[in-house]
Amino acid sequence: MAPRPCAVIGVGQTKYKRRRDDVTLDGLVREAALRALEDAGATFDDIDAIVIGKAPDALEGVMMPLLSLCDALGAIGKPIHRVHTAGSVGASTAISAVNLVESGMYDTVLTIAYEKQSEGNATWALSGGKSGGQGAGGTFAPWIRNYIARSQAPEHIGWMVAVKDRLNALKNPYAHLHLPDISVEKVRESPMLWDPLHFLESCPSSDGAAAVVLGNDDIAKKSGRPPAWVISHAKRTEFGQFPGRDTVRPQAGVECSEALYRKAGITNPREQIDCAELYVPFSWYEPMWLEGHLIAEEGEGWKMTDAGDTELGGSFPVNMSGGVLSSNPIGASGMIRCLEAANQVRGTAGEYQVPGAKISIGHAYGGAAQYYAMWMVSSELNPVF
Amino acid sequence: MVSVAEDVAIVAFEQTPSHAHFNDSEPAMIMPCVNSVIEQVGMDRHDIDFTIAGSCDYLSGMPFAFVMNIDAVGAWPPVYESHVEMDGAWALFEGFVRLQSGDIDTVLVSGSGKCSPGSYREGFSLQTDPYVHAPIGLDPRTQAGFQAQALIAAGKATERDFAEVVARSHANAKDNPYAQLSGDLSVDELLAEPYVQQPLRRLDCPPTSDGAAAMIIARADKARELCDNPVWIRAIDHRIDSHHPTLRDLTDSPSVRIAADRVGLHDGPVDIAELTVTYSPEEIILRDALGLNGETSVNPSGGPLTGSPFMAVGLTRVIELARAIRNGDGGRGVAHASSGPALQQNLLCVLEGDG
Repeated sequence: MAPRPCAVIGVGQTKYKRRRDDVTLDGLVREAALRALEDAGATFDDIDAIVIGKAPDALEGVMMPLLSLCDALGAIGKPIHRVHTAGSVGASTAISAVNLVESGMYDTVLTIAYEKQSEGNATWALSGGKSGGQGAGGTFAPWIRNYIARSQAPEHIGWMVAVKDRLNALKNPYAHLHLPDISVEKVRESPMLWDPLHFLESCPSSDGAAAVVLGNDDIAKKSGRPPAWVISHAKRTEFGQFPGRDTVRPQAGVECSEALYRKAGITNPREQIDCAELYVPFSWYEPMWLEGHLIAEEGEGWKMTDAGDTELGGSFPVNMSGGVLSSNPIGASGMIRCLEAANQVRGTAGEYQVPGAKISIGHAYGGAAQYYAMWMVSSELNPVF
Repeated sequence: MVSVAEDVAIVAFEQTPSHAHFNDSEPAMIMPCVNSVIEQVGMDRHDIDFTIAGSCDYLSGMPFAFVMNIDAVGAWPPVYESHVEMDGAWALFEGFVRLQSGDIDTVLVSGSGKCSPGSYREGFSLQTDPYVHAPIGLDPRTQAGFQAQALIAAGKATERDFAEVVARSHANAKDNPYAQLSGDLSVDELLAEPYVQQPLRRLDCPPTSDGAAAMIIARADKARELCDNPVWIRAIDHRIDSHHPTLRDLTDSPSVRIAADRVGLHDGPVDIAELTVTYSPEEIILRDALGLNGETSVNPSGGPLTGSPFMAVGLTRVIELARAIRNGDGGRGVAHASSGPALQQNLLCVLEGDG
């Protein structure tokens, strides 16, 4: 049997902010879920199964939280399961939900990812539960320096990404950071956190949730809402450390994108994909992922950024929504990338819409840049490239 | 009943003994299971299409603990892989679902957990609602006590019934080399033991256990190629009940009733039931909700009362059932996994032999 076609038929997001102390965890996930259902023209009664994802339970101190969230998610009497694949989890949760629809066993599936960082200590948890940890930036900074050394990229590339994503975020009412006076000078002069990453080149800590309603082809056609067909998805994992590992351009990332493009029939990603939501928690990961996911040749990614190609009006827009640099509820960040990619091909991205976008990708990575999850969405079920 | 497009079979399985304390890392516990199942089918590990694991960071006391577990699977060259923060039985669910798309043939499933390093009651109280229940330490044993008391109050069971479950489980485990506890216990002696959580006594509760389990499942053609005696997964389904004990009839399990209907449990004989009976009263609730009669052998392995490595224990029920079917102890049966306090979430998996 061939996989059953699957489409995004509804999306919902909360406002992302430093502290959502107006809602409990239950309230947070329900807010996103209800918005996604409303967008899909559906209710909880229409949902056959639920898949939730988030980063480590220790971020909020709630063990296996699907157990306490199931009431708020309308899951009573239904299947609900929980995915956890480190930082890639938001995207891999969305992909697990797609698998449920593609299996033919479930017609309509609700998937939700969230983080409420204000209820815990993210840097502690991201350091493996050890105090005095280096945090995610401390892990990635040496690899970024290695990228700069290999590619001979000028130092202003990171500042440009930091400005571009924050300017995009001004068009997105859900974004956490709205910094209208952002500038290259401000980024450059902000405190150095992990050389070469300045404070303003780093993602914020956010509370928030994102939800997607997925339906099979019958459901998508009946919904009357613009569908985003999930025409391809891929996940790859590799060890976090071993001698000879390429931490700048990890092989799992390369193979993940190869698998994604192969399944969709993409032969020239730079030309055939209209825009991308890539997981860029630190500015330099934009050029690194453009190369690491085969959108640019090796050593050429930073030139796309430098030329303005990745800006909203550029030839290959990246992170039109403002990206992880503007909102980072960790476990949800990957699902937000997938959701925003869907918004583009549904034509529902509002002020940050890429005109005529038909093909887009959502991407996330996690762990020591060792977990990858990507999906490709299309305005058409069977696009011809 | 759930429609299933692709026939899927278990082609290899392995489990560790249930250890009171496994004096090494979690990957070291998983690796022999993974190596064994790969060897059983004679595959190169790089030819496995998809891998999915179930484990819980909180048992290891470390965020991202599951990342270490990929050492046991092997992830170089890169692998197509995922993880659920749940018992390995839910990894099996996702693996089974993944095979239904028909574009891949084999899935390696594992589940693992080490309970011995931590305090299970303190840790698992964090499973409860964080605003009301967790701050008062509403741990799973306390909720199991509520459930047991509710059964007694409703006239559905007595403490003697609980003791009989314990005695039979321990007696059954005498033939199970993987069991942690076993032996001949008298019901009267059990009833003479002091309460640990009234009306529960020590052996109404599970031992602290470490363990791991792994299996390979495959689509039909591949399954026949890989092994001579596949055990077929006819259906798998899971359902959840309200988290709030006051919103539920604790003496029943609506989620098990729904799942039993969805898997078509009574569309054929139920020779064997391997049930995640973490606390002895749960067996009474499960038998009732599953509609089992005297013709079903319940927990011939001894069940979790004789060894309960959380996050592996549900997947181990599937393995124990598959082994019993392979051994010819029955032709068809059901394995049950559970998650959350007081049987909140339940999974059923119907297996059938190759006959």
